[in-house]
Amino acid sequence: MSSIAQKKGFGATLWDYLTTVDHKKIAILYLITGGFFFIVGGIEAMLIRIQLLKPDNDFVAAGLYNEIITMHGTTMIFLAAMPLLFGFMNAAVPLQIGARDVAFPFLNSLGFWMFFFGGIFLNLSWFLGGAPDAGWTSYASLAISSPGHGIDFYALGLQISGGGTLIAGINFLVTIINMRAPGMTYMRMPLFTWTTFVASALILFAFPPLTVGLFLMIFDRMFGANFFDHTMGGNTIIWEHLFWIFGHPEVYILILPAFGIFSEIFSTFSRKRLFGYSAMVFATVLIGFLGFMVWAHHMFTTGMGATANAIFAVATMAIAVPTGVKIFNWLLTMWGGSIKFTTPMLYAVGFIPSFVAGGVTGVMQASAPLDYQLHDSYFIVAHFHYVIVGGVVLGLLAGLHYYWPLMFNTMLNEAMGKITFWLFFLGFHLTFFIQHFLGLLGMPRRVFTYGEDQGWDLFNAISSYGAIFMAAGVIVLVVNIVMTIAKNVPVGRDPWGDGRTLEWAIPQPVPFYNFKQIPLVRGLDTYWIEKQEGNVEGMTYAEPIGDIHMPNNSIIPFIMSLGLFVGAFGALYNGEQPWAIPVLGLGLIITFAAMATRSLKDDLGYHIHKEDLLNEKGGKH
Amino acid sequence: MMKGLKKWRLFSMLTALMIFLAGCGDEHLSTLTPAGQVGRDQLNLMILSTAIMVLVIIVVMIVYIIAIMKFRRSKLGEDFIPKQVEGNHTLEIIWTTVPIILLLILTVPTVIATYELADTKGMDKKDENGNKTAVTVNVEANLYWWEFEYPDLGIVTAQELVVPTGEKVYFNLKAADVKHSFWIPAAGGKLDTNVDNINTFFLDFDNPSDSLEDGVFYGKCAELCGPSHALMDFKVKTLDREDFNAWVEDMKASADQAAPETAVAQEGQEIFEQSCISCHAVSGAGTAGSVGPNLATFGDRNRVAGFLEHNEENIKAWINDPQEFKPGNKMPQPEDLPKRNGKELTDQELTALTEYLMGLSVEE
Repeated sequence: MSSIAQKKGFGATLWDYLTTVDHKKIAILYLITGGFFFIVGGIEAMLIRIQLLKPDNDFVAAGLYNEIITMHGTTMIFLAAMPLLFGFMNAAVPLQIGARDVAFPFLNSLGFWMFFFGGIFLNLSWFLGGAPDAGWTSYASLAISSPGHGIDFYALGLQISGGGTLIAGINFLVTIINMRAPGMTYMRMPLFTWTTFVASALILFAFPPLTVGLFLMIFDRMFGANFFDHTMGGNTIIWEHLFWIFGHPEVYILILPAFGIFSEIFSTFSRKRLFGYSAMVFATVLIGFLGFMVWAHHMFTTGMGATANAIFAVATMAIAVPTGVKIFNWLLTMWGGSIKFTTPMLYAVGFIPSFVAGGVTGVMQASAPLDYQLHDSYFIVAHFHYVIVGGVVLGLLAGLHYYWPLMFNTMLNEAMGKITFWLFFLGFHLTFFIQHFLGLLGMPRRVFTYGEDQGWDLFNAISSYGAIFMAAGVIVLVVNIVMTIAKNVPVGRDPWGDGRTLEWAIPQPVPFYNFKQIPLVRGLDTYWIEKQEGNVEGMTYAEPIGDIHMPNNSIIPFIMSLGLFVGAFGALYNGEQPWAIPVLGLGLIITFAAMATRSLKDDLGYHIHKEDLLNEKGGKH
Repeated sequence: MMKGLKKWRLFSMLTALMIFLAGCGDEHLSTLTPAGQVGRDQLNLMILSTAIMVLVIIVVMIVYIIAIMKFRRSKLGEDFIPKQVEGNHTLEIIWTTVPIILLLILTVPTVIATYELADTKGMDKKDENGNKTAVTVNVEANLYWWEFEYPDLGIVTAQELVVPTGEKVYFNLKAADVKHSFWIPAAGGKLDTNVDNINTFFLDFDNPSDSLEDGVFYGKCAELCGPSHALMDFKVKTLDREDFNAWVEDMKASADQAAPETAVAQEGQEIFEQSCISCHAVSGAGTAGSVGPNLATFGDRNRVAGFLEHNEENIKAWINDPQEFKPGNKMPQPEDLPKRNGKELTDQELTALTEYLMGLSVEE
């Protein structure tokens, strides 16, 4: 089990990844799966823009178009952005706080496999009678009346993958509270750890409402309940509330870790301590808190009445304040620094004007009476792409380049990285800036076509051409990744030269137990402090070399998730196929049997002995 | 650096030019050319918020550009170690309080407008004779068409809303099947038509719409409601109060419209009464809740099925194959109608129907 970096066959490698509980390998799994879904969602986006390239286009049919937009939104949010962020959290956070792994390695694996099977289940809808078609928000009246099984795939798939997300969130909360190295006080934690912490807390509180909403939807659609059927005493507005009580914090769950990644990058490549660290931490917590107070601004036009609208309008505007604090602190981090324009830094520098633009249109929409005009028009499409692409996706791409050497001990090609950045960045603005005006000119969102001569033709064409640049950028990135993997040139520790936090102090490739000796943290940017003091080791140690307790790999998380995947087919075909209930039962039996095995069979892990650690050469400094 | 600046200047000039060329969009559709006070209030909020936000953007961009120009490593040298500044309390306080003040400036008119636009008390105001003074329209959104009932006037129409100018018009909004959203961009913001409850608001229009390009304002469904959501358009005709009253009288009188004159149209009427009338009323006097759109004003309309150009060719094509044009709509294919026993409409029958329908009019 403790074999280090031996050459393994494909089967053995596959088995290793199916059973792994190592946060570094789970990070890679998240990265691969999230990257795959990002490409899928991107292809869907291209189909949307091709359809809207010209008026009265018939490239995709009306019903199919709704399936594409629904899957584009759902895939990008749940199956691409979230898992990619989890990938970086897994890769960096335990190392940043000086931990040997997350608090619950087994649950970490379970979280991934539930997300994986949920995502696969959702996408199988394409091949099994049609994808969901009620938008990623899946508003109840439309979702309930949607024919076919699309919405069933949506509800079941998100339920499974949402469970995985909840598990992962709890895991990071416990990890960050309990697993910090000696001296790593809360106010010494790197910003990425802080934002992961707050985002995990948001997951803990935001996902249960989604779970409830999805269960109501599942019961309504598959088991004859009437929670959302107003003719039977149900109410569709409840879905809107449940969805947005989840949905609004969800966007902060996405953006906060991206803020964290940018904070690390600004400070690293400005060679300067993060300006106003404590204000940044406070702003992060405040954004997380306020994020739960504003969900109804997605429902200004639902008819909640003036008082509710006014309260949520003011609360929403309040979020601009901590966000502004963050922007200015990033600017002041660069101010007086020594800025090196690496690819990650380019993304971070590009992020500021993009996100500010997205932020200010957010404030405009917070003004409820104005939002009556902007809501569900292309203005809102422009707005949320400015914050999600301009914030989250730029953050993910920045993180990919920045953390690649940490994860793989190689470096993505900088020249190609910069080409990707410029193509993607310019394409992004070309695609979405013009959409603000489409909205103001009266174009509703989620339209599969539009009549000519409504003043929208040129702007839609510009938007579609912009999307081509974004796609080209992603293609260059994929080529870059393939070439980097093929060349496989190791770069060693601290490849950016300006690493400040603990993860860069570890020898590369990172040993599977992370730290031979748990480090002693002596301040914020602990690696920077050690470097400045001329410590070649990069760390001061808090303990002598001793035995390390490690968890065993396990296939049980995979089997538990597989059971839910199987059971979901039973629920889906309930009342339609005779085998439905038996299959649902079989799936649950698989899951519960796996859980019972886990509970009844003691798995105490194993120890790496002190002697082995002393003899082992491990990674190079 | 100069070269970079030049590029930026060119880019911003191009952007400005593009916006200028596009103008403010079509007068009958754009939120930037408001047709009444509601739209103007909302546009004013937009201008105010944009002004504040542009101010913020300018400040951020100044600091940003200076920072990334001045503090490049390529200028400072590879070995330069910046001072590790912790932060600055004064600055933190400044960039916390100044945005709060800016937001307060936006908050006050926002809250005022929120309450003003929700004030529908005028709906129930009555004159000395006990008649309601304001026009109220009950809007029922259906897959994928709109029904407009005037409960106090005893008339009903579909697809083309007719309202008086120079006064507040009140709306009761409701959906018949799934959630839709009622939006006339030029007149003001949208409000959802829920299945669960009735939403109420008002809009107003300054001028009669006959001066517009198509003679009508464009209305849209703004909430995804199914495959043909994009095609769920309606039109709004605004008349001054006198013309509106006359239109109302004509609508009331449309119950006893004279029989069609030509033989072809009479044949069309026969077919209509056999196959179509169980869903489509041809009298404007009545109440809401019919299965298909009321056709009393069909000949006056601007569009077929809400979005196709209003000509005979399109009417025939639409009747002959509604699913082809609006996928998922509830109008049966002619051959599926109960009395047709799978028989499609012949060309002659289509022509007759079309002629009959074009003759349905309350306007001279």
